[in-house]
Amino acid sequence: MRRHPLEPSLLVKTALIVIAIAYVAFVLLLPLASVFVEGFSRGFSGWLEAIREPDALAAVKLTLLVAAISVPLNCIFGVAASWTVAKHDFRGKAFLVSLIDLPFSVSPVVSGLIYVLLFGAGGWIGPWLQEHDIEIIFALPGIVLATIFVTFPFVARELIPLMESQGRDEEEAALSLGAGGWQTFRRVTLPNIRWGLLYGVLLTNARAMGEFGAVSVVSGHIRGETNTMPLHIELLYNDYNLAAAFAVASLLAGLALVTLVLRTILEWRHGDALAARGH
Amino acid sequence: MTINIDSISKSFDGHSALRELSLEIEDGTFVALLGPSGSGKTTLLRIIAGLAYANSGHIRFDGDDVTEVPVQQRNIGFVFQNYALFRHMTVADNIAFGLNVMKRRQRPARADINARVEELLSLVRLDGLGKRYPAQLSGGQRQRVALARALARKPRFLLLDEPFGALDAKVRQELRTALRTIHDQLGLTSIFVTHDQEEAFALADQIAILSDGRIEQYDSPDAISANPASDFVREFLE
Repeated sequence: MRRHPLEPSLLVKTALIVIAIAYVAFVLLLPLASVFVEGFSRGFSGWLEAIREPDALAAVKLTLLVAAISVPLNCIFGVAASWTVAKHDFRGKAFLVSLIDLPFSVSPVVSGLIYVLLFGAGGWIGPWLQEHDIEIIFALPGIVLATIFVTFPFVARELIPLMESQGRDEEEAALSLGAGGWQTFRRVTLPNIRWGLLYGVLLTNARAMGEFGAVSVVSGHIRGETNTMPLHIELLYNDYNLAAAFAVASLLAGLALVTLVLRTILEWRHGDALAARGH
Repeated sequence: MTINIDSISKSFDGHSALRELSLEIEDGTFVALLGPSGSGKTTLLRIIAGLAYANSGHIRFDGDDVTEVPVQQRNIGFVFQNYALFRHMTVADNIAFGLNVMKRRQRPARADINARVEELLSLVRLDGLGKRYPAQLSGGQRQRVALARALARKPRFLLLDEPFGALDAKVRQELRTALRTIHDQLGLTSIFVTHDQEEAFALADQIAILSDGRIEQYDSPDAISANPASDFVREFLE
């Protein structure tokens, strides 16, 4: 039997597949599995006990709250930024795009520090905030700000190439048919980007729940108050409470997996409609 | 509807696309804007539509100055070069779009919209394809949907940007005939952009030949053939 010109020989093929599987197993699957194995090392009741411990529960709640605030905001900012960049021409567009990418290139620790420098006790507007009794650093607003900063590019990065590839024709067609700006956005632009947007939101959510560096700088590590799940895991780990650390870690990893599974289900259920619409 | 184009100029980044261009289009005429690429014909069409704005000059519809009127309020039908159909909507929803986005008070009832969609589908000979998506249609069928969509709101006139550019010869011929028939049925003033002189001469009542942002000649096909106004026209037609 003749091979397709692009198809490698059986030996090369087998070697490549083995290398790929080994790589994925060692780098991805094994560590992930170990989190769950360690997390459940004291059985399900042990796991549940670690999660229901008040400080752990507070960390879970705080993480979900931070994600619930920062993800929708970044969704709005990301869509607005992509719409501006992809569908309009203006001076300074390249600069705006690099600005959107900035959080990717800045270390998360620095991202946290800039807020401390700005809002902290010795910072630029820290004293004014103190006078007016407004808490930002070592409190929820600081954690939310740092999370928003770090996760800012995800939605826009996902949408800008998509929107640019779709061009402006459909929007112009909508306008020529009498649609207003908002109608055009809601009826034409938004449906065309919904899958990219969903993916961007899931990435943002995963990162918002998992962010360590930036949040660590602004949170102040107050147990049961300003500790998010990643911070709480580190705390337990440093206390040599490995079982509890892995239990919380498995919950965090589980939350990330849930979003991944959700996305797969959505893609699978709407696969036919997507194919018909030429996505 | 008469369209009066009064010394329109437009430049992009210092490069002039249109230079004090004037043109008077009479009611019911089927006009071709013919010229080589870069002659400014698409820019002119987009300025008439309100999708682009001129740097100076005026556009008047039936004597009303619409230069500053946004595209939504000009009530024009525009057929885009690549059809620009809404890919996530069915053919029927594409055609109904212009009616569905009307303000509640002006918007026809659901049943009237559906009836209008059926009427347009049969006008462009796409009966029964309303539930398909654009990706499931051939190029010629998409073009027909684009035409039906542009006609749905009973526009004051029709603008078409290289309407047959992306189609093969046989479908082109069919669609040309179809477009001419529809134009004659509706008596709608229509302007189409083309770089194909054979198409312009076969289809149009009047041809405007553009070169470098100016009108070289505006006349009937016969008059242009018999009497080219400039060396450019003579050479272009050879």
